[in-house]
Amino acid sequence: MSILVIAEHDNASLKSATLHAITAARKLGDDIHVLVAGGDAGAAVAAAAAIAGVGRVLHVDADHLRQPTAENVAATTLAVVARGGYTHVLAAATSFGKNVAPRIAATLDVAQISDITGIEAPDTFVRPIYAGNAFATVRSMDPIKVITVRTTAFDAAPATGGSAVIEEIPAGPEIRTSKVTGQEFSKSERPELTSARIVVSGGRGMGSGENFRLLEALADRLNAAIGASRAAVDAGFVPNDYQVGQTGKIVAPDLYVAVGISGAIQHLAGMKDSKVIVAINKDAEAPIFQIADYGLVGDLFEIIPALTRELSA
Amino acid sequence: MKILVSVKRVIDFNVKVRVRPDGTGVETANVKMSMNPFDEIAVEEAIRLKEKGIATEVIAVSCGGAACQETLRTALALGADRAILVLTDVELQPLAVAKLLRALVQKELPQIVLLGKQAIDDDANQTGQMLAALLDWPQATFASKVDVAGATATVKREVDGGLETVEVALPAVVTTDLRLNEPRYATLPNIMKAKKKPLDTLAPEALGVDVAPRLVTVKVTEPAKRKGGGRVADVKELVAKLRNEAKILS
Ligand SMILES: Cc1cc2nc3c(=O)[nH]c(=O)nc-3n(C[C@H](O)[C@H](O)[C@H](O)COP(=O)(O)OP(=O)(O)OC[C@H]3O[C@@H](n4cnc5c(N)ncnc54)[C@H](O)[C@@H]3O)c2cc1C
Ligand SMILES: Nc1ncnc2c1ncn2[C@@H]1O[C@H](COP(=O)(O)O)[C@@H](O)[C@H]1O
Repeated sequence: MSILVIAEHDNASLKSATLHAITAARKLGDDIHVLVAGGDAGAAVAAAAAIAGVGRVLHVDADHLRQPTAENVAATTLAVVARGGYTHVLAAATSFGKNVAPRIAATLDVAQISDITGIEAPDTFVRPIYAGNAFATVRSMDPIKVITVRTTAFDAAPATGGSAVIEEIPAGPEIRTSKVTGQEFSKSERPELTSARIVVSGGRGMGSGENFRLLEALADRLNAAIGASRAAVDAGFVPNDYQVGQTGKIVAPDLYVAVGISGAIQHLAGMKDSKVIVAINKDAEAPIFQIADYGLVGDLFEIIPALTRELSA
Repeated sequence: MKILVSVKRVIDFNVKVRVRPDGTGVETANVKMSMNPFDEIAVEEAIRLKEKGIATEVIAVSCGGAACQETLRTALALGADRAILVLTDVELQPLAVAKLLRALVQKELPQIVLLGKQAIDDDANQTGQMLAALLDWPQATFASKVDVAGATATVKREVDGGLETVEVALPAVVTTDLRLNEPRYATLPNIMKAKKKPLDTLAPEALGVDVAPRLVTVKVTEPAKRKGGGRVADVKELVAKLRNEAKILS
């Protein structure tokens, strides 16, 4: 009975989301295998082998996995699963995991359990539905459980302390009907949104992309990541990868500061597990205040500069 | 080329969903139902492809109870040419829906199937990817821009790091993200016209698909309530509280 975790990486390094998926895997069993499918991904393989609790790293090296499509990652994962012995296949519920895992599940003719937040038994899982307004406990009747893991619900496994066996294995068939032809990634010196200790998010109330500079100054003081509501992204203030919520990123930092955000359920779905929530909004009735630990009613254009100053003092 | 677009009937996104006291699910009696918002975007994109002369026919599909007809009529009013209802009262999970859609694809032979990236009720984010796998087609998920030229679709995708562009050979599956387009509203004359457009009904058995659920719902519970509502008077008090009470700032 082994558990396969599909690593997410950029060949040079492992994404931290994988560490959270490994913690979920360890709740399921002890024999944890991590699949690193890439091109010249030696550094990511070494990182995976060093994670505490990982028994074996399966390294697949192929040109077509260097900047892989879902089709090719799924084909290689299926080739690994076909070797037998796996009861569970896990990936983090990131855009990578969400893209790949259902392809694997459907080919195996099994259900996928999306975005789990809890494990009650090896076949029984808890997952949010309706934007987190309800939690379903579901039992899988399938021989192999294909699962995506909500990273905020499981701690990161220690990145060091392990010494996994590394096994080189062949790639699955190359599928050529799809190819990645471009990437426009937001570059930032800031901590990554889903793993930052502090997140400062702006909403429609920010009024413009330019005004997000106010949040940047505040985030600099706090060493925070910057997030946004859907309305702020739709209005073009900030790029899509800033969106926090039901259909964006899920975050659970120690401190979440919501600025000019009303608190629609779709937004709350992505941040209400934060340890401490601060809301700054000029509308005293805004729903965000109902879940905020510290609500401050007022004009953000006065409050944010004052807050930044106070923190510098 | 034909385009198949799937539309799910879900609890409207504005409704505050409540868990049933017996823990068997959420309250659906007397609750407003609507087309899944991501599917509105999918329908809009399909219609735009027809308006551009790329698509020749747009077929809307919904799987579920008889009330899904209403959702299909909405799709027809928005501009779909005809509709198919796969009628069943069995609780449908993504794998079952993907199999039903595969069967319809094999009958209708569309070049593109458009789906929402996620249904806002089950929040599964699976069906499009599963359909692509079952058909052995390429997929372009979380689309924020779709360009079709010849036998290729070039799709910008919203991913965690920003945007990624993929090129997929048709036939292919595309799932929509929020920024792909802004759906139009149905006009009254089009709502009237939609009543006369063809809407066929089929049973899963007629498509040879076993739709039995693979996941058993043991129980549905409410999330833990968060204790909020605290207020501070000004910036000074906020910073003091974050330092001394929450101990988040040093
Ligand atoms: C299918 C679907 C998926 C969705 N997914 C998401 C998601 O993942 N994430 C998400 O965030 N939303 C999502 N939404 C959208 C969500 O329903 C809300 O529309 C959105 O969150 C609103 O964003 P907002 O709070 O920034 O804007 P608004 O609701 O317009 O709120 C703006 C707030 O700013 C305040 N304000 C204005 N000026 C000032 C000022 N000078 N000082 C202080 N306060 C000020 C106002 O009082 C107001 O409360 C989704 C919606 C749908 C239908
Ligand atoms: N019962 C259904 N009828 C029609 N389309 C569906 C159904 N269930 C899911 N879909 C489609 O699949 C997409 C993703 O759903 P899901 O995988 O459940 O999150 C939805 O946006 C729909 O386009």
